[in-house]
Amino acid sequence: MELIMAIVIGILFMAAVYLILSRSILKIIIGTGLLSHGAHLLILTMGGLGGIAPPVLADGVTDYADPLPQALILTAIVISFGVTAFILVLAYRTYAEHKTDNMNLMRGNDEHD
Amino acid sequence: MTNMINLLLFPIILPFLFAILLLFFKENIFMQRLLAFIGLTVSLVAALFLVAKVKTDGIQVITLGSWPAPFGISMVSDMLSALLVTTTLLITLLVVVYSFTSIGKERERYFYYPAILFMITGVNGAFTTGDIFNMFVFFEVLLIASYVLIVLGGEKQQLRESIKYILVNVISSALFVITIAYLYSVVGTLNMADISVKIAQVGQPGIITVIAVLMLIVFGIKGSMFPLYFWLPGSYAAPPVPVLALFGALLTKVGVYAIMRTYTLFFINDIGFTHEILLVLSILTVIGGCIGALAYFDVKQIIIYNIVIAIGVILFGVAQMNEAGISGGIFYLIHDMLIKGALFLLIGIIIYVTGTSNLRKMGGLMKTHAPLGWMYLIAAFGLAGVPPLSGFIGKLLIVKGAFEAGTILGSIIILASSLVVLLSVIRIFIYAFWGAPTAELPVTNHRSYRKMMIPAVLLVILSVLYGVGTEWLIPYMADATDVLLQPSIYIDAVLKE
Repeated sequence: MELIMAIVIGILFMAAVYLILSRSILKIIIGTGLLSHGAHLLILTMGGLGGIAPPVLADGVTDYADPLPQALILTAIVISFGVTAFILVLAYRTYAEHKTDNMNLMRGNDEHD
Repeated sequence: MTNMINLLLFPIILPFLFAILLLFFKENIFMQRLLAFIGLTVSLVAALFLVAKVKTDGIQVITLGSWPAPFGISMVSDMLSALLVTTTLLITLLVVVYSFTSIGKERERYFYYPAILFMITGVNGAFTTGDIFNMFVFFEVLLIASYVLIVLGGEKQQLRESIKYILVNVISSALFVITIAYLYSVVGTLNMADISVKIAQVGQPGIITVIAVLMLIVFGIKGSMFPLYFWLPGSYAAPPVPVLALFGALLTKVGVYAIMRTYTLFFINDIGFTHEILLVLSILTVIGGCIGALAYFDVKQIIIYNIVIAIGVILFGVAQMNEAGISGGIFYLIHDMLIKGALFLLIGIIIYVTGTSNLRKMGGLMKTHAPLGWMYLIAAFGLAGVPPLSGFIGKLLIVKGAFEAGTILGSIIILASSLVVLLSVIRIFIYAFWGAPTAELPVTNHRSYRKMMIPAVLLVILSVLYGVGTEWLIPYMADATDVLLQPSIYIDAVLKE
């Protein structure tokens, strides 16, 4: 099971890297979304996919899933959710100001604005 | 004083508390300034008490919720983190005072001070935490606040550069999560002391070395190490000067601290490979920074590339893994935070009085603004490491450590880089302060010039005292160095039976 997950996560990372290297801001943001999905699935997989019961205390439960990675993922999800919301609004504002979503056209420094 | 075990949390909680309070007074600029000032002053006092406490009683550890050590989150304050927390609060306090005059009412009205205080919460938390995933969370706290600060104002250049800054940091944060996942699957724990014990038990197999290199990449992006500093020059040029001063003095140093911590606590069983990589990359960082510092005629860019050089010098010291190298690294780290803060504030004033950051358009400021010129000259000499000033002792110890460890070529490059640093900052002095005055300076308010000078001069004086008072600081630095060189002290303090 871990092997299949590893391959799926690898494909997610591959797609994320491909999208992040593209020119359009929206594609890049979709890429970061896929990247965080991959990272979160990786925590789940690396914690081990053993355990039959969910980590909830109940009578007769002895073999339960590792609760720690689930807590880590929950934390990482809300953080990446917050950052993604911010970056989407930022992309919207940047599009409004610069009139382009092409990263290649967003160069320049102090002297050449 | 048994009831003061929470002291090490105060520099984290107090800025957080005041940041929340500030959210309620959005339009009231006076309250914003007053509460930000009070909050930082109180936190600074707490941090100074913390340093005294760590000096007398040794490493301070608190396990949140009283769960025993590897199971709960531990906060650990050794001398290194206590000193870094104090320096952070000191610089932030002075930058906030500088902001009163320079940042402008529009930004002050839109959560400028709360964002700074949230960022300081993250920085201090990252310096103090004893749990690797908690360190990730504090990194995110400081990064999200820094996203707000870098884009606040919404100018065209800021929007463009923030997109790049945020993208780079989102990717490096994802890498950090991935690295923690790998580390967790190998050692099965997140507590940093416990990780160190578990790694020593398995004797650093190949996979741990791979994780070590991954960590170097993650923190190398945060701390702008070669070849991962490509994002820094563009991003740091975008925000206004007080924000730039905070970023330049604090943010990259959190990455450096994380490398120092992990490379002296976790990955110490195969230092032939991992620390060799760190050594080579730090030398290349210095060279890359030197090229950038000489290439530009823009005052901001020159000092920004000097950040990169200093990161290389500190990591070069750490890579030696001997007493002189590491204590030199710590000396240089704190010196660099102070002096970068001072230099950014000073060039902020230069930009304010000349109305440009282009060196070719400046000249003759010595005739009109002599105190600014002398202060800048002292800061410039301090940065280069001229003996009575602050940069000297750190670099001396780093080079001594490197000669002890036999990296002769590296030490020569470090020494040569000092000359390049001096040349790059003196070039600003010659172009801006000597020569014929430029035809017309923009009309500036003399009162706000003087108000901006006060925090800048205080920072320069502090850095001079730091250089002159080296003798007095040595016991503190020795404590910090001992913990880094002997991880058992750290582990015993956290995992006490």
